[in-house]
Amino acid sequence: MATESENLESLVNRRYEHGFITDIETDSLPPGLNEDVIRAISARKHEPPFMLEWRLQAYRQWLEMTEPAWAHVRYPKIDYNEISYFSAPKSDDDRPKSLDEVDPKLLETYDKLGIPLHERARLAGVAVDAVFDSVSVATTFKEKLSEAGVIFCSFSEAVQEHPELVQKYLGTVVPRRDNFFAALNAAVFSDGSFVYIPKGVRCPMELSTYFRINAANTGQFERTLIIADEGSHVSYLEGCTAPMRDENQLHAAVVELIALKDAEIKYSTVQNWYPGDENGVGGIYNFVTKRGDCRGANSKISWTQVETGSAITWKYPSCLLRGDNSVGEFYSVAVTNNLQQADTGTKMIHIGRNTSSTIVSKGISAGRAQNAYRGLVRIMPQAHGARNHTQCDSLLIGKECGAHTFPYMEIRNPSARVEHEATTSKISADQLFYCRQRGLSEEDAVNMIVNGFCKEVFKELPMEFAVEAQALLNVSLEGAVG
Amino acid sequence: MLEINNLRSRIDDSEILRGLSLSVRAGEVHAIMGPNGSGKSTLAQVIAGHEDYEVTAGTVTYNGQDLLELEPEERAREGIFLGFQYPVEIPGVNNAYLLKAAVNARRKHQGLGEVDAFEFLKLAREKMATLGMDPKFLNRGVNEGFSGGEKKRNEILQMAMLEPSLAILDETDSGLDIDALKAVAAGVNALRSPERAIILVTHYQRLLDYVEPDYVHVLSQGRIVRSGDKSLALELEEKGYEWVREAANA
Repeated sequence: MATESENLESLVNRRYEHGFITDIETDSLPPGLNEDVIRAISARKHEPPFMLEWRLQAYRQWLEMTEPAWAHVRYPKIDYNEISYFSAPKSDDDRPKSLDEVDPKLLETYDKLGIPLHERARLAGVAVDAVFDSVSVATTFKEKLSEAGVIFCSFSEAVQEHPELVQKYLGTVVPRRDNFFAALNAAVFSDGSFVYIPKGVRCPMELSTYFRINAANTGQFERTLIIADEGSHVSYLEGCTAPMRDENQLHAAVVELIALKDAEIKYSTVQNWYPGDENGVGGIYNFVTKRGDCRGANSKISWTQVETGSAITWKYPSCLLRGDNSVGEFYSVAVTNNLQQADTGTKMIHIGRNTSSTIVSKGISAGRAQNAYRGLVRIMPQAHGARNHTQCDSLLIGKECGAHTFPYMEIRNPSARVEHEATTSKISADQLFYCRQRGLSEEDAVNMIVNGFCKEVFKELPMEFAVEAQALLNVSLEGAVG
Repeated sequence: MLEINNLRSRIDDSEILRGLSLSVRAGEVHAIMGPNGSGKSTLAQVIAGHEDYEVTAGTVTYNGQDLLELEPEERAREGIFLGFQYPVEIPGVNNAYLLKAAVNARRKHQGLGEVDAFEFLKLAREKMATLGMDPKFLNRGVNEGFSGGEKKRNEILQMAMLEPSLAILDETDSGLDIDALKAVAAGVNALRSPERAIILVTHYQRLLDYVEPDYVHVLSQGRIVRSGDKSLALELEEKGYEWVREAANA
């Protein structure tokens, strides 16, 4: 009879299967950060003056800020002058107009990731704005979307084509000096996605972007801006994988969502960045600022995230509930294995009357990983009739991992109703034996138990994404039983 | 079918089974009785392959193969079913999902194709009807919030679906009201066939009023101290386990 620890070892030693590097010449700036670098980025992107000015102000503000140290994560000090702040595939000057013009090597990369754009996008009815490193190289379904009046394009393109929208909304949810990483992003962001849904339009398809970090030693600074005008509705999917490498990669994205009166935005993420090897070497640092602004009455913003990757995750998708009767939701599964560290959660800021928010957080720790939930529910004095329900569950697999919960509640209106439930449990030997006695392998049993634990979150994901998320979870936890 | 020879087993530092031998042939129903702590449940767990129990001596062969070499899931796929005394709850995992995964794991092992969802549901509903179970049970979490009786019926449903060659029921009768007991007994009797063997681990002879065993064994201090037919169970009921202890010490 093979012992449990032997099984564990052979399974844990399975390498990250998306770890490969595509050999494409990149046109990068040398490492380092100063005003000239920012001017160079802006010039390469042919940005209008307002954009350059915005970046420079952000940079000056960033210089005065210090890196936050309050998160429950540890990492060596980052030297921001060792990072290259711009990298684009060589073909940038002559951007492809359709998939046929896309560098075949790129398409091959997507194939390896199981994302054959032309096939899958069409079959699934999903428009894909694929970000390869920093510059978007392929956009599909554009026509169908433009018929509906929906704008879905790369951020660079939006700056060129719709500067008035960018200027009106950029930085209105996450201000430049919101936090250290947001300021850095504002100064040097390379590209990202832009979505505008006009008044009364229900976006005809789910919008999806696959991000991928590829060029070695290049920080990724995506910026996403989604605006749902009055009475509109959009569901946006973000997913990513990354190649294996030895140095840590910084990723400091900013996502801003704006829902006007009666509008609804559903934002789903499956995050599968390289978590580092079994010793934690080489993983991605994922320091992201995501915030949604329910600006109009009766608006709704819903975040659903499945986080399995990255060496370090620092991320709190939040909702500002400003409109009366607006609704914020946060559904999260965060998995950490080996030496991964995650400090993630949400903030729900109730400002309008009769606003309500729901938080469901499921943290899973295995190996020697540390998983922290950090959540803030703030009820402002004017937010009469606010309601919040928070449910925060942790599942531990093995003896060396940890789960931590940091709930903060600031209630300044006596009419508020705020509920918080938290549980911590372990996958018990009895549960495993029970499943194995029914003929399931140990691995299948763990997967089944974990998926059961995450069910409330998975059911919030769009169908095809839910299947992917479940598969990803299984890969992430292979051999995690101890 | 099952040959246990001079089996010794311990958990942590205490030896529970101390040279137990038992032979079970296809078609037979054996009842294992005995006072608390005599090793009944340990025997069931060791046959199923629970890793907390260390086998220190003796052999167990099942259909000619060395059972102790097999992982718990391999034993299950070979047709060994253990009805648990305390079935665990698995929150969020659909009862139907586990049941279907279990059925298909066994079928795959037997070289049969997987059952599709339609076939599976049809079969499950039939079995549930005979057990007097509400079909809604299929959509609940595994044993999640089930009453004691519901958990036990669920074990019998799993057994009925898996159609094991060797079923071991560990105190499935304990804590059941008379209706549940009858339903459980009906489930067990439905499984009786010349190809199958059933081992009933029980503290009381109550279940044996409904499921008539071919053999009754009395366990004391990790050994079978008496074997007989069903009249032995009645004798035990009358004289109590003190009588067995005295017999064992004699």
